[in-house]
Amino acid sequence: MSLDLTPLYPEMVVTAVALVVLLGDTVVRSRGAGVAWLVLGLVGLAAAGALVWRTEPGSFGTLYVRDGLANALQAVALAVAAVGLLLARDYLVRMGLDRGEYSALLLVSTVGAMLMVSSQDLLFLFVALETLSVPLYVLAGFARDSRRSQEASLKYFLLGSFASALLLYGVALVYGVTGSTGLGRLAAAQPSFPLLAGLGLVVVGLGFKAAAVPFHAWAPDVYEGAPVPAAAFMSVLAKVGAVGALLRLLPVSLPHLVPAWQPLLSAVAAATMVVGNLAALRQTNLKRMLAYSSVAHAGYLLIGVAAGNGAGVWSAVYYLAVYGAMNLGAFGVLTLLERAGMEADEVDDLRGLADRAPAAAAAFALFMASLTGLPPTAGFLGKFYLFTAALQAGLLWLAVVGVLTSVVSVGYYLRAAYAAYTGPGRAGVRVRPAPWAGLGLGVSAAATLLFGLLPGPLTTWAQRVASLLR
Amino acid sequence: MRPPSWILSFLVFAPAVGAALVALAPRRDSLLRGIALAASLVSLGVAAYLFWNFPPGEPGFWITESAGWVPALGIGYRLGVDGISLPLVALTALLFPVALVGTWEAVRSRVKEYLVLLLLLETAVLGTFLALDLVLFYVFWEAVLVPMYFLIGLWGSERRAYAALKFFLFTMAGSVLMLLAIAGLYLATGTFDFQALTAGQIPAALQGWLFAAFALAFAIKVPLFPLHTWLPDAHTEAPTAGSVILAGLLLKMGTYGLVRFGLGLFPEAARAASPWFLTLAVVGILYGAAVAYAQRDVKRLVAYSSVSHLGFVVLGTFALTPQGLAGALLQMVNHGISTGALFLMVGVLYERAHTRALDAFGGVARVMPTFAALSLFVVFSSAALPGTNGFVGEFLVLLGAFRRGPLWAALAAGGVVLSAVYLLWMVQRVYFGAPTPQVRAFPPLRGYEALSLAVLVAAILWIGLYPRPWLARSEAAVQALVQRVAQQAQTPSPWAGGRP
Repeated sequence: MSLDLTPLYPEMVVTAVALVVLLGDTVVRSRGAGVAWLVLGLVGLAAAGALVWRTEPGSFGTLYVRDGLANALQAVALAVAAVGLLLARDYLVRMGLDRGEYSALLLVSTVGAMLMVSSQDLLFLFVALETLSVPLYVLAGFARDSRRSQEASLKYFLLGSFASALLLYGVALVYGVTGSTGLGRLAAAQPSFPLLAGLGLVVVGLGFKAAAVPFHAWAPDVYEGAPVPAAAFMSVLAKVGAVGALLRLLPVSLPHLVPAWQPLLSAVAAATMVVGNLAALRQTNLKRMLAYSSVAHAGYLLIGVAAGNGAGVWSAVYYLAVYGAMNLGAFGVLTLLERAGMEADEVDDLRGLADRAPAAAAAFALFMASLTGLPPTAGFLGKFYLFTAALQAGLLWLAVVGVLTSVVSVGYYLRAAYAAYTGPGRAGVRVRPAPWAGLGLGVSAAATLLFGLLPGPLTTWAQRVASLLR
Repeated sequence: MRPPSWILSFLVFAPAVGAALVALAPRRDSLLRGIALAASLVSLGVAAYLFWNFPPGEPGFWITESAGWVPALGIGYRLGVDGISLPLVALTALLFPVALVGTWEAVRSRVKEYLVLLLLLETAVLGTFLALDLVLFYVFWEAVLVPMYFLIGLWGSERRAYAALKFFLFTMAGSVLMLLAIAGLYLATGTFDFQALTAGQIPAALQGWLFAAFALAFAIKVPLFPLHTWLPDAHTEAPTAGSVILAGLLLKMGTYGLVRFGLGLFPEAARAASPWFLTLAVVGILYGAAVAYAQRDVKRLVAYSSVSHLGFVVLGTFALTPQGLAGALLQMVNHGISTGALFLMVGVLYERAHTRALDAFGGVARVMPTFAALSLFVVFSSAALPGTNGFVGEFLVLLGAFRRGPLWAALAAGGVVLSAVYLLWMVQRVYFGAPTPQVRAFPPLRGYEALSLAVLVAAILWIGLYPRPWLARSEAAVQALVQRVAQQAQTPSPWAGGRP
């Protein structure tokens, strides 16, 4: 067994930076330190990204594998973390939450997601999942003086622990059947009730992180209570980790059991799209609306898992990249708004945004159009690829559910975009200047537009994932 | 001489570049309007150049442009112009500057956003008519929705938010199934390339379903009875320029889609379904006319007249005869010109009276004689009086429909009579009689209003008196398409009324 650490270098770089920031923050207490940690974090993420780019495929024992899928999803996770750092900076300063821990927690969580998408072993997956989750629990409660934030953190922690326990029980069942927790051994497993029950419980644990119906109930409350940048980050990163792990577990490791798990996953995907979109229609709070929207998008991503073919895998990877850009952007615009020192998070708080901050309003409209899946934004081709993969797998009904729920989503996405362009601004709502967040929004908007107008390179890149799988 | 292929991209994206310039320019309204007009005139110039040089007798694509877009899936950036798309491209390039000029000062709030959206809309509409790749077509097709949504929703009248959302939901609900059909077509044939698809034959077993999905999207856009309920709201609530574009061009996207993709890709299915379309077209012609007559709101009257007139286009298309299809194509252009002009007229009236109620007007001809004279030409065109473009188009359609089945032609001819009734009734109420006190106070016709109407009236008379240049350019392409449908569709029509 080789113990070559090279494949793990990217994770090690991010971990090291996280530790430096965490320790440094306790030592250095000067004013400029916050910016220094931000820049250090960005440099660390960029370095890790470069390593991901350069590192050859390999593995660490039987626990960890670095292949095309891992590289692609890790790159997405790193980009998400970078934008997540940018979006948080101005908000934290304004709210008096400017502490180095935020960056450290965010980076540790990113490491968790990176390990999740590379896990070749269910127990290793569990550890990675906790590495992702625990920092997210803390980030949700980062506004320590806000009761909403505390409540969000506690709720997320309690329900998250429950889901983790179910996942662990599932791992135990799988171990009981196959005598191993490795995904490699699963590939030879014959379907049996305990095995499928175990896998089902693992799927439940991951579905919880991805906010798939019926394990989504926590999402609106947690997103509403968590500080906006934390909600933005967790809504994307947790999906990268969870959907990535599901892709590796089901289509990649268990292709021979497709008939066994495809109906379940299809049903979950359909229910998630329907419930998420219908519930989002009724929201007046923008954070809750975006929470249900991210539930709905978990459903679209799960189409890629349920399809069970190569097209589904790379389409899901493509959509994760696109979703990262557009969802971070949508939340990012929210970080600019403020009402009496608090977050302004009602849909109506967006009113008049076009007059106060035309660029932010235009970007917001772009993100909403992309989340709806309207061309020529990136969201369109992302959904198109997923639906095509579903058709290829013979899941016409799932694709039909997907397109029809996309039509439903027009009702709330466009309502929000419309609000930004109508009426005088609400009394008391202010738009705060935010250079770092502006940079983050610019990156998100550029990606959303570019992946829509020139989708060729990203598509080729995502498609390589499917071909690099064994 | 054949122009370089990039001329098509130039034509499509000149307005988008204009939109970018408008977005970056300082907020001085007259400067912004000038940039927007210049950009749309560039497209008009290119379109006129293409129209003039288009060789009559060319049955296929005269200029095509092709580049990889998503090479991994074979999605291409493919544009092309032939005798079927050329008239519509010309119409688009004409109507946008006319709409800009005609409503030069009608929009005074957020002029920048307004012009950006209008120019992006022009790019999307031109792209829709020129796209030769199914995904690219869908991209342009759907890209129309967002600018139009905001044009209605932000600059429309009282019920704008409702009308804008209804417009969006109806059209998108129709087109998403077309998206799945495009994906299905790709999985069955391995290509999104329109020309490659028409070179081969699509499996007959698939044609029915795929045609149904495409046709639903197009029928909603046209709109074909009974899918028209979004239209009166959207047209009535939209700002004047929005109504002009909506009625003049966006509806044509539906009829163009039926011709290009409905007949072009699925000849057998189109042939089999043609009796249904003919029936719905005739119902729409009569129903639209009857409902138009019942309106007390000038703009709603014009809106319902579109339902009726678009019925003629569908009738001509699905008659599947050369005359019918040629008439349908010409009638698309005619309706764009005449209904565009009708909405400009209503806009002129609304600017002065701030109401659209028929009862509020009377005797406008005494106060604004030039306007009344121009309006009469427009109304005559819409009522298809000889000498105007409407006559040529509707006559050809009826001729084509008669060869398919006399009953359909006879019923549709009733629609011609009805349209004269409601239009002349409207003219009488608005323009003649004694002027009301409010009308007496109307300011005279402004220069830009007169100019835009005069351009359209000139087009009306040109096509009405000398339609040859328009018909000659599409003739060969129409013949080729009709033959293709006739050859590939050996299955007899399920409805015995037709004469093949």
